[in-house]
Amino acid sequence: MFGLMPNCRLDLKKPYYCMADYQGAEARWCPGCGDHAVLATVQRLCRDKQLPPEKTVFVSGIGCSSRFPHYMRTYGFHGLHGRALPVAAGIRMRRPDLHVFVVMGDGDCCSIGTAHWVHTIRYNMKMVVMLFDNEIYGLTKGQTSPTSRAGTRSSTHPSGSVLPGLNPLPITLGVTNVSFVAQTVDWNPAHMMATLDAAYEHPGFAFIRIIQRCPHFAKGLHEELLANPDRTLYLDHKQGITLPDEVARMYKNRARHDPSDLIAALTHAMRTDVIPIGLFFQDRSRTRYDVYGAANINTPPERKEAMLNRELDRFAV
Amino acid sequence: MKPGGATEPPSGTANPDRAPDLPDLERIPIEEHIVEIVSDSGEGAQKAGQSFGTLSAKMGNGVWTVEIIPAEIQPPQRSRAGASGIRIRLGSGKVTNMGDTADLVVAFNEQVLYSRIEQGALRQGTLVLLENKWATSNMPEIREAWVRARADFERAGLDVREVPMETECLKLTDNPFRGKNMWVLGLLCHLYQRDLEKAEDQIRTIFRRKGDQVIDLNLKLLRAGTTWARTHLGFYYDLPTRMSDQPLVVMNGNEAVGLGAMASGMEVCSMYPITPATSVSHYLSEVFRDAGGVVHQAEDEIAAIGFAIGCSYAGKTAFTVTSGPGLALKDEFIGLAVMAEVPLVVVVVQRGGPSTGLPTKVEQSDLLSALYAQPGDPPKIILAPATIEECFHFMITARQLAELTRGPVIVLTDANLATGVQPYPRPQFKREWLAPPIDQSPWKPGVPAYDWDPETGFSQRPIPGQKDGMYVLTGLAHDEGSHVAYDPETHERGCNRRSRKVAAFQSTLKSPKVHGEGAGDLLLVGWGSTMGAIEEAVDKARKRGARVSSLHLRILSPFEPGLREIFGGFKKVMTIELNYSDSLADPYITPGNRRYAQLAWLLRAKTLVDVDCFSVVHGHPLQPAMILEVIEGELARLHGQPGRRLETAAPLATGKDPSCLA
Ligand SMILES: Cc1ncc(C[n+]2csc(CCOP(=O)(O)OP(=O)(O)O)c2C)c(N)n1
Ligand SMILES: [Mg+2]
Repeated sequence: MFGLMPNCRLDLKKPYYCMADYQGAEARWCPGCGDHAVLATVQRLCRDKQLPPEKTVFVSGIGCSSRFPHYMRTYGFHGLHGRALPVAAGIRMRRPDLHVFVVMGDGDCCSIGTAHWVHTIRYNMKMVVMLFDNEIYGLTKGQTSPTSRAGTRSSTHPSGSVLPGLNPLPITLGVTNVSFVAQTVDWNPAHMMATLDAAYEHPGFAFIRIIQRCPHFAKGLHEELLANPDRTLYLDHKQGITLPDEVARMYKNRARHDPSDLIAALTHAMRTDVIPIGLFFQDRSRTRYDVYGAANINTPPERKEAMLNRELDRFAV
Repeated sequence: MKPGGATEPPSGTANPDRAPDLPDLERIPIEEHIVEIVSDSGEGAQKAGQSFGTLSAKMGNGVWTVEIIPAEIQPPQRSRAGASGIRIRLGSGKVTNMGDTADLVVAFNEQVLYSRIEQGALRQGTLVLLENKWATSNMPEIREAWVRARADFERAGLDVREVPMETECLKLTDNPFRGKNMWVLGLLCHLYQRDLEKAEDQIRTIFRRKGDQVIDLNLKLLRAGTTWARTHLGFYYDLPTRMSDQPLVVMNGNEAVGLGAMASGMEVCSMYPITPATSVSHYLSEVFRDAGGVVHQAEDEIAAIGFAIGCSYAGKTAFTVTSGPGLALKDEFIGLAVMAEVPLVVVVVQRGGPSTGLPTKVEQSDLLSALYAQPGDPPKIILAPATIEECFHFMITARQLAELTRGPVIVLTDANLATGVQPYPRPQFKREWLAPPIDQSPWKPGVPAYDWDPETGFSQRPIPGQKDGMYVLTGLAHDEGSHVAYDPETHERGCNRRSRKVAAFQSTLKSPKVHGEGAGDLLLVGWGSTMGAIEEAVDKARKRGARVSSLHLRILSPFEPGLREIFGGFKKVMTIELNYSDSLADPYITPGNRRYAQLAWLLRAKTLVDVDCFSVVHGHPLQPAMILEVIEGELARLHGQPGRRLETAAPLATGKDPSCLA
């Protein structure tokens, strides 16, 4: 726990957390599953931000990706399918001192948990929210997900799914009081790291869709994307998610996109010819429900007693 | 005049401010009375009635008020279904329920009276003070309806006196629609010889936000109503009042729940609107923020309970409040709270079901659902307050039990408690009621998150922020360390420890007390809001020599000990409930396949005693007369006489036609 800080200074009084301090149980995801990469990057983020593990909570629903909290050594809440967000909101409401992270699968967030997805965006409470979108139901063995693209052969649609896949980005961007929407891919750790960093620093509900590979049930789904860098559109802006030049150079296909421009964000989000990565939208000044919620957390017992007596006086006969 | 009568004699001293003698008027001595004010919605009958009730409580009468709620928000005027109003039962002693039929009704039009007749709320001889402006309406159909109604009421035996409310109010205001209610309050103040100064104070309180002009006008209306009644009605009621020795508060059950939550130091009320539960949050929304709390109106009931569970997991006390359909949505999370041992208070204000059912009406149909509707084995504590006072105190107990047993505690109230208003002794705040501040000291290294005491199943929980306490809460089967584990021993052990907590709690309980004698012919067993009506009926029957007693259960899971022994003292045991049960007179139904009322079902299983049941789903609170009839029928049959078996689900008052008011 004690040790060198990233700048090689040594501070013996302050605990220094290293990667191992964030590592929980051994991850049981399939080899090649994109979740491994996210886990490693998130652990790095925690290390870089020196988040005290006891002040950090990972909340998830149910699904392969929702096993995530078990693999961290922080507090965790592995709750119900689709219901991570209400729980995370409840944790956040009266505990502004905690760092709250949410992990959801595409079924979790975009199907069973849709109501909470929409409404928690609007609550805009400070937390980092990761949608692990593998376009399939992993844990329950390969059923069609709402985000599965048309024609997906799955255990529920063996001859191909019927409907076009639901694109979560414009929905998220379209919700009133949205404050941060970004997209990244599991196979670019530098971009993922920069995205998580921006999300962590965002004063509000930071929503990241992570395009995630499932080698077992959605084999080869992103092969083309990986093979052809031009299929990725790198959203580039000094207010956005910036990459070191040597990484950014990989992406020939770039667009200057100002993340304060919601309409442009929606236009990019709805593109199907390319996959945009980066920051679609950010507004640091949106109304925050957690600020309202925590305003009176330090009410002393004397005040509670006085209020109760005032009320009893009001009801007195 | 001796106090008591049908109602329990109170402690306290006779009120020295007795009404002055009014020699020119007939004095009618009474020990208790049931008054109703009914109107179209929006005419303020409820406000007048509530003020009258509070005023009467202040003068030292026992009071129970219950709202008469129309089925629609804006029903058409002068419609039978639109009857909106209030019933106030007054007594020289304590009043515990809404009683049977009304003695006096003030009606703002004749049509709303029909619905009271249809509901069996009136009897022959009920005095009706009826607004008579409709008799001279310029619309012929209204005049005709009036004439028809007067004839119907005559035939039904109502004692109708016309009152020129509109004409009198017009002398003071151009908008009698708004002012009539306070004029009526004045009229009632004369009839029951209420202290006018207290009534005026009451008006100043209700209209405090409306400004002096409004207050002045309403004071004038009040005095005018009093003067008119004194000069025109020719009589008054003499109802003894007795000032209580102790300070009292008066409120409805939902306000008591909200106030109890505040007194218990809870910080969060997380809810989604649903009748009849919502008014808990209406009340809290006015005051909670100043008292260090917050009401969260979630996007649905699932989110509401998930949010409360999140708060609780993070060490902050929270409760969620709902009614039947909302409970159904919350069940998956209640199961998680059981499995992962998250303290949580869930208040269920029951209404008629299944499905959307009877949103504004009372039923006690969610007991089995609360107990069993979650997947797997979900041991938990269920409490049921029987009075408005208990609605307050049970919230404090529920929070403490939830934390002690590290799990959900369900508090079952109902629409009758939610809207009933009754005075009770003012609670004396104790600091230990408040939830202690959250523990953020380091967790003892090596102690697992579920360090189950092998005997009691209890364990302490780590709270985020506690160093070295990190664990991942999960709804999957898990071991002491909250590690997911599917092996048979671990799951058996987890289920066993969670169940043991309930048994350990039960071992601290005493046997419940029987009302009446501990042995006899018949024991009635009830739960929840029906206590007042059941005990009143039992008392009346005992006065006539019947060997009947009653037992009221407040803890429904686990049961208090000693029930089988208590039941052994009686020839017959039956529950009295507001939920559905099959009638043995129905086709196909035999004692073997009969679906029993919910408490009866549980008691039969737990005690192996052949507990019978009487239950109805008529949507209104149980009334003493109906229970008395059940008692008499059962006792007659126990003694080998041809006693009528009051069939379940067959309401006593079937007066659809006003002429059968008997
Ligand atoms: C109420 C409820 N319904 C259904 C399930 C079964 N279930 C568990 S995970 C899951 C879907 C998982 O897919 P996704 O959310 O995309 O997560 P992934 O496994 O792909 O990471 C389903 C349907 C459940 N646990 N609870
Ligand atoms: Mg998935």
